[in-house]
Amino acid sequence: MSKNLRINNKHFVDETRKLSFTFNGKKLYGYKGDTLASALLSNDIHLVGRSFKYHRPRGIMTSGSEEPNAILQIGNDDALTEPNVRATEIELYDGLICNSQNCWPSVKFDIGGINNFLSPLLPAGFYYKTFMWPASFWEKYEYFIRKSAGLGKSPSKQDPDMYDHRYLHCDILIVGGGVSGLMAAKIASDDNKKVLLLEDKELLGGSLIYDDSDISKIDNQKSSEWLKKLIVNIKNDKNIIIKTRTSLAAYHNYNFLLARQNLTDHLSVNDRNNKIRQRLYKIRAKKVIISTGAIERPQVFHNNDRPGIMLASAVKKYIDYYGVRCGLENVIFTNNDSAYETALSLHKSGTKLNAIIDIRDNSSSEIVNQVKNLGIQIYWNHTVVDTKGYKRINKVTVMKLNDKGNDVIGKKIDLNCDCLAISGGWTPMVHLFTQSGGKLRFDNKDNIFVPDKTNLDQLSIGSAKGDFELDDVLKNSIKDTKKFLNIENSNFDKIDVKCSKEKEKKNIWLLPSDRPLSKTKPFLDYQNDSTAKDIKLALREGFKSIEHVKRYTTTGMGTDQGKLANMHALGIVADTTNTNMGDLGTTTFRPPYTPLTFGTIVGRNVGQFFDIFRKTPMHEWHVENNAKFENVGQWKRAWYYPKDGETMHDAVQRESKAARESSGILDASTLGKIDIQGTDANEFLNRVYTNAWSKLQIGKCRYGLMLNEDGMVYDDGVTTRLGENHYLMTTTTGGAANVMSKLEDYLQTEWPELDVFLTSVTDHYATASVCGPNAKKIINKIFKDLDLSDESFPHMSFKEVKLGDINCRVMRISFTGELSYEINVEASYGKYIWEKCIEAGKEFNITPYGTETMHLLRAEKGFIIVGQDTDGTMTPVDLQMDWIISKKKYDFIGKRSLYRSDTVREDRKQLVGLLTDDPNEILEEGAQIVKDENKKPVDMLGHVTSSYFSPTLKKSIALAVLKEGKKLKGQKLLVPMIDKTIKVTVSDTIFLDKENERING
Amino acid sequence: MFLISCPYCGERDQSEFVSGGEAHIARPKQPTELNDDQWAEYLFMRKNIKGIQFERWNHVHGCRKWFNVARDTSNDKIEKIYKMGEQPPKI
Amino acid sequence: MKNKYSIFSLIKNAFSNHENWQRAWRDPEPKKEYDAVIVGGGGHGLATAYYLAKKHNLTNIAVVEKGWIGGGNTGRNTTIIRSNYLWDASAGLYDHALKIWEGLSQELNYNVMFSQRGVMNLAHNLQDVRDLKRRTHANRLNGIDAVWLETDEVKKFCPIINTSQDIRYPVLGGTLQKRAGTARHDAVAWGYARGADEMGVDIIQNCEVKGIKRNGDAVEGLETTKGFIKTKKIGVVAAGHSSVIANMAGLKLPLESKPLQALVSEPVKPIIDTVVMSNAVHAYVSQSDKGELVIGAGTDSYVSYTQKGSFNIVEETLKAILELYPIFSRMKMLRQWGGIVDICPDASPIISKTSIKGLYFNCGWGTGGFKATPGSGDLFAHTIANDEPHKLNAAFNINRFVSGDLVDEHGAAAVAH
Repeated sequence: MSKNLRINNKHFVDETRKLSFTFNGKKLYGYKGDTLASALLSNDIHLVGRSFKYHRPRGIMTSGSEEPNAILQIGNDDALTEPNVRATEIELYDGLICNSQNCWPSVKFDIGGINNFLSPLLPAGFYYKTFMWPASFWEKYEYFIRKSAGLGKSPSKQDPDMYDHRYLHCDILIVGGGVSGLMAAKIASDDNKKVLLLEDKELLGGSLIYDDSDISKIDNQKSSEWLKKLIVNIKNDKNIIIKTRTSLAAYHNYNFLLARQNLTDHLSVNDRNNKIRQRLYKIRAKKVIISTGAIERPQVFHNNDRPGIMLASAVKKYIDYYGVRCGLENVIFTNNDSAYETALSLHKSGTKLNAIIDIRDNSSSEIVNQVKNLGIQIYWNHTVVDTKGYKRINKVTVMKLNDKGNDVIGKKIDLNCDCLAISGGWTPMVHLFTQSGGKLRFDNKDNIFVPDKTNLDQLSIGSAKGDFELDDVLKNSIKDTKKFLNIENSNFDKIDVKCSKEKEKKNIWLLPSDRPLSKTKPFLDYQNDSTAKDIKLALREGFKSIEHVKRYTTTGMGTDQGKLANMHALGIVADTTNTNMGDLGTTTFRPPYTPLTFGTIVGRNVGQFFDIFRKTPMHEWHVENNAKFENVGQWKRAWYYPKDGETMHDAVQRESKAARESSGILDASTLGKIDIQGTDANEFLNRVYTNAWSKLQIGKCRYGLMLNEDGMVYDDGVTTRLGENHYLMTTTTGGAANVMSKLEDYLQTEWPELDVFLTSVTDHYATASVCGPNAKKIINKIFKDLDLSDESFPHMSFKEVKLGDINCRVMRISFTGELSYEINVEASYGKYIWEKCIEAGKEFNITPYGTETMHLLRAEKGFIIVGQDTDGTMTPVDLQMDWIISKKKYDFIGKRSLYRSDTVREDRKQLVGLLTDDPNEILEEGAQIVKDENKKPVDMLGHVTSSYFSPTLKKSIALAVLKEGKKLKGQKLLVPMIDKTIKVTVSDTIFLDKENERING
Repeated sequence: MFLISCPYCGERDQSEFVSGGEAHIARPKQPTELNDDQWAEYLFMRKNIKGIQFERWNHVHGCRKWFNVARDTSNDKIEKIYKMGEQPPKI
Repeated sequence: MKNKYSIFSLIKNAFSNHENWQRAWRDPEPKKEYDAVIVGGGGHGLATAYYLAKKHNLTNIAVVEKGWIGGGNTGRNTTIIRSNYLWDASAGLYDHALKIWEGLSQELNYNVMFSQRGVMNLAHNLQDVRDLKRRTHANRLNGIDAVWLETDEVKKFCPIINTSQDIRYPVLGGTLQKRAGTARHDAVAWGYARGADEMGVDIIQNCEVKGIKRNGDAVEGLETTKGFIKTKKIGVVAAGHSSVIANMAGLKLPLESKPLQALVSEPVKPIIDTVVMSNAVHAYVSQSDKGELVIGAGTDSYVSYTQKGSFNIVEETLKAILELYPIFSRMKMLRQWGGIVDICPDASPIISKTSIKGLYFNCGWGTGGFKATPGSGDLFAHTIANDEPHKLNAAFNINRFVSGDLVDEHGAAAVAH
């Protein structure tokens, strides 16, 4: 049955380049320059898919992004496959494989087609009214609903393609490379503006470029010829950057726009290797000109959805651009003059046009007269009342309209056809304008919404603004662009345009039929199968707002986002409710204009570039020594260093024993470090920490606790006084950036009078922390001249010392409770000093330990970890750290909040220690603590925040927050788990070395 | 995506900035003198205006300076940008 | 009595070509006076009116809505319903709602399509693991069906998640609440509206509140675009616009209204059969009955009433989605939109009386109000009818910001050494 419908005229496909493709398993041919749709049509294939709800056979309807029906699954394998691709947009490439969606077993015989017969039971919103009994069955109903919904299939393998982002800046962005956009580009360029011109198709020129009419003339030339010269001119213009195959996706506030360029989708799969598939342009434009054109409207009548029923402009484009006849027996059904251009194209190409049906009484324009002169039968004041043909239209039935246009009269006339070209007028593409926040105005003359008010520097021209005739398009575009750009004269000022002028207009949103509406199927949204009846049902049921109607009937919610359906839906609502369409308003146009691939939005930020991680200068050493890593903020921190098949538990036990018994070394480089200088630095610390800083001497270190203004613990760390007006603050690893921001905020906005400067130096220094009874010996081996005696270098003090040329800041501070030295060096010496410590410590079995062992060691000493033992609801008092709140200071951040009625409660949750009755039982962090697990609801008293098995104490230890914990010391409580209940006793938070003797080695 | 004119660096993309909420809520000089209600007013209560709001922004991925912005929250239009310590403009 | 909805009524109406369906709700003009007026015709407001009529016999009441009912956050959210909250007060509140959800379609005789396909929350770092385990233990003891899943169990429950341990933030496990799921957002508003209307509640759309009239410290009525409405009780459920209404009464609230965005993909055949949330990398995804992937993005840092957020938020969200689901790279974003969420400092809502007699606020739901709709309506109705909170919403009083007794649901600050 496959015929070649290609005609021999001056079309835009390259017949020297034959391409093969496969549709539903059948091998077919087309040419370079074809879209998949034109190639299918040239093979006489209209039926390409089934509709969403009723599974009705559907064919190619349009030639652009408004296509509701011809959406196919495209791609060669599970990784490359792509659902819901519009055949009208995708350029044909050699080897393309595509399949129909939403049908089983095949598009020609689809079991789901039974829904068409059940359609009386499936009106708009039927699912809200049923599937409720029995209640437990909803899951089963839903399983089938979900299975039958959806269109194509998601890929099931990882996408092999690359995507890219680029920023573009321009004076003038022009969206749409049709005639008005091209002229605007030229005018702007002549005024020396940097112009960026985007065109979503492969070629510039819009619909005028393939217009073969003898009526429209520009400067006495055929308009397409005139346009071709302009395009050559523009391509050579250095002020104009042109991006083709680039469609504008979204227009955001402040003239920020997103556009997607297709770079490889038109190439055969083999030619795509290592090329970027799509690029997302993030555009900042000083001014924006929207020249996106208009979309033809269908007409709404009974059975207006059969394969072979197409937009008249599409039929014309398939002939004039692709050289493809959509049918051999054509009928046109219109309400306006533009379809007569299709009539002329059909005639010129020698394609049979059986009749034109026009709902108007007459039209006397030049173009209609030309058609009349050809002897083509025109049925004035008639409408189509029905069509026949299940998988392809074969007949239309026509009747005369009554005077009011709300009923049909007279005899039925049957006309044979295999293609019905319909036109219901034109809708300006105002999507981008409204996306940008622009307000529309309804034009009652043309029944269109046109751009009205905007806050942004933008202009709509051409048919996107509502000008449809060539002379209006050109002359208004010139006039408006000049005004927009503040230009006096342009080279187009004397342009001479001739075109046919439409005089008679008539519009009927829902055409009458000889049957009652309830017995007809006049489709509005082809993809979602919503009909005029559904709209009326929604209105009857009280859904008044247009947004309600849309949501209840799902009109305009398909992959075409209602580009064809919305105006008719509005029109029918307005007619039914006797409202002016302008008062009704439109539904919101949401970005993107056409669906945008996730990969394109994400660009290169996938895989290893998803989120770059930070590593310390010693990172490579950790890797070489088999460290396992933990994510802490953006950092990768060594977590533990398993040896010879050790489990994590084994490794941590070994590491912590070594640190307690001889020596351990920790990479502490990730701790936040803030350099604080200025004559008010001391006062500043007094204000940001809870404790007092006035008496801290130079060369001494102090632990500080920082609160939020709500009184809750925010961060902690040790700060060292390096000089009279010079301090080095350390923060938690994860909190570093936030602390820095917070301190800057206070300094700049609350206390600008303070002479303090903050510099983040986290990345500038590397820190190796050596601890354990042998730490002093190791440090002594490295820094031979450094006096390490307790008198000269006591706990919580600091020395600056040189190792060769390397400046080292050595701090004697401890987070493990052991004698401990932190060596800070410039980051580039980090690995050197680390290895130096390892070498010096060899004889003392120096053992590198990771964050897990660090956590265990500090827990033995009852030191908190902000973020683990606190959760934004703990005050210092709750942590039993009352000692750190200065009683003398008048104020510090968060102080006032500590005296609110809730924060002074005695029965708040407080930090305690927990010991399990079975010393080998390790509690789960996060487990809840109760007194009585049988009383329901269970009264939860608190939870375990930190829990470890201590190899030094040979028992399990835990920290917890517990309601009234301070009072409960020694009490027996329960930790209920899923499978058992663990008995615990509340203890002190310090488990080891209460006397703090280890700190001296 | 706004364009924000940092008073120190010039016009930059919004993604370089972070908002710090309503401006001109000075931290009380003597918090201890306030009752719980007054302290809560400072800590939590916000005008959250629909219309022109005076607010703080930080050029966090730039000069890290804080400054003030008068912005219409009903359409995100920035009316005025002014430095910390300056009085809000009359709009 | 309205038409009862069922398969039988559908069949019956099919014979009359669906021309005899009654209005789901009337379209009345406001009366001069009501016993109570609810400001805001979203899910929460309509539910409040429904329960005021149903449980407290207050039928001379109205819901006034600036636009069309369900047009705010009710119709803009990602429809996730769960109750696996940390604190007892929150668990009580959200599980109360979840229990109502479980019978809501039958109660309203309107299929709200509550689908208990489970909600999984993923852990990506050790602190996530601690926090989620803590939550799971608390949930279990509170009678909420949450369980902890190890990584292989996560993979088993949702096979398309990339659980490779080599990715930037590998999945270290997760929690699953099986009773959780999604519902059809529009249906919730419409179902409650139909139910409330049937009991005599006036639902007045296109009626914007312009002022609140006070007599001393008590309310007297509302100035609206449809004239003055006299009432002694006003329940405000205006989400993002709560502060705007509060300002009319001279009140300040601890709220900031920020843009929150969401998006859907083109519809595809079933590919993900549950709801997966990841706080750490910020990606929420489920699949609607229509086949669209429904993806929630984050909030912006600034106050805005434009219902538009910044694009980089969407970009960040999709980055995270592709990190966890690399197979979605060729899927396409069909629609993207924003809502205005009113956020409290402790990420918990306010359902409370105020210092003004007869003025009640239900606000501060932030990014997660949809799931609470039935419970919120029920408890707010109780609070308005009795001028006292129910024990389940007592903790969510406005005074907690003064006392400091917050219900902090931010979860633990992700800060660790």
